[in-house]
Amino acid sequence: MSSRPELQAPPEIFYNESEARKYTSSSRIVEIQAKLSERAVELLALPDDGVPRLLLDIGCGSGLSGETLSEYGHQWIGLDISQSMLDVALEREVEGDLLLSDMGQGLALRTGVIDGAISISAVQWLCNADKSCHNPRLRLKAFFGSLYRSLARGAKAVFQMYPESLAQRELILGFAMRAGFAGGVVVDYPHSSKSRKEYLVLTCGPPSVSTAIPSAKGEDGESCSDDDDDSSGDEEHTVSISDRHRPRKKLKVSKKGKDRKWLLKKKDQQRKKGNIVPPDTRYTGRKRKARF
Amino acid sequence: MRLLTHNMLSSNIKGVANGFPLGLEVQKFVEKQVDFNPDFLKNMFPKIEWKALVTAAKTMGYAELPEEVESSMLESEDFLQKFHHALLELHLEEGALICPETGRRFAVTKGIPNMLLHEDEV
Repeated sequence: MSSRPELQAPPEIFYNESEARKYTSSSRIVEIQAKLSERAVELLALPDDGVPRLLLDIGCGSGLSGETLSEYGHQWIGLDISQSMLDVALEREVEGDLLLSDMGQGLALRTGVIDGAISISAVQWLCNADKSCHNPRLRLKAFFGSLYRSLARGAKAVFQMYPESLAQRELILGFAMRAGFAGGVVVDYPHSSKSRKEYLVLTCGPPSVSTAIPSAKGEDGESCSDDDDDSSGDEEHTVSISDRHRPRKKLKVSKKGKDRKWLLKKKDQQRKKGNIVPPDTRYTGRKRKARF
Repeated sequence: MRLLTHNMLSSNIKGVANGFPLGLEVQKFVEKQVDFNPDFLKNMFPKIEWKALVTAAKTMGYAELPEEVESSMLESEDFLQKFHHALLELHLEEGALICPETGRRFAVTKGIPNMLLHEDEV
């Protein structure tokens, strides 16, 4: 599991210059990103009338996914937290506009203006607490809430994601549902460990015929889209948020406080170190009287 | 950053009730040719806050846009060309965006606005 980038460093640190460089030099990464974004646009199911839309690319990175959007003729706004990735995007002369922004702080957009959103391999980053002020639940809430507000009615949002565990996927889905989205998870090639890909397909507005979840690729007739009604009632359920934290030292503090035994032990330790320590008497570690 | 994006952005600092429109501080701007697409303009027109666009275009030195508009003007090719130029071809390269309520500056470098908030603004 340590190969997951989320567990190594915060996104703005992990995607440094050398890591960002990979996103232009490695043809494998480029190909995978292009495939993922093509599938995401397909799931977005924009009306096929040739009218360019204003789309949002959340976690656009070096703009690989944005290029796919440009190929389809759409205008897009991309946001990412890594300056290095955005610098690469500038070098590639992408057509969309770029913003340096943290999705966990909420999107700085007006209400109801965006026609659709895609995000490739980015949402799972929200489940990490990278700074002391980060609370993954609040960040997920801020993100989905602001996204719901900025999307036009009936607009869709497609997130390709790599959830760490089932619980993490449910956490993300749960917050999306609470923000008011309808939809669920589409799993492509669910039986393959390598090409298995998960897409969170969300629709802004109440569920209707048009918001039916599209079917996944490569599944053998059986449905694998998640239940949509699992959004509430699991608040007590804890989810492991990150393995990146060091294990905390266990502090042995008894309710009563530090007793005589503990004190004698400490004094003994200091004596062994050669420090000058007052002798142990019957007064050692005794409480003062209240009237003192 | 195009004025299209400027028209969509709104300050999301905690406690700010109306973060739109962000003020523009222009140090450098460029013009880039973009393919003209009337369908996109017609689709975007109802979503654009016209006053903010006119003000922003003026700040960038483009004063051709009419102050008042109605949807019937979309039939006019001349109007669409002006609209297209203001919306998609004017890029803010260096400068800043300013929150209308708090006066907070969001610096724009190399055409990328830095919208990251400080801890106490979230």
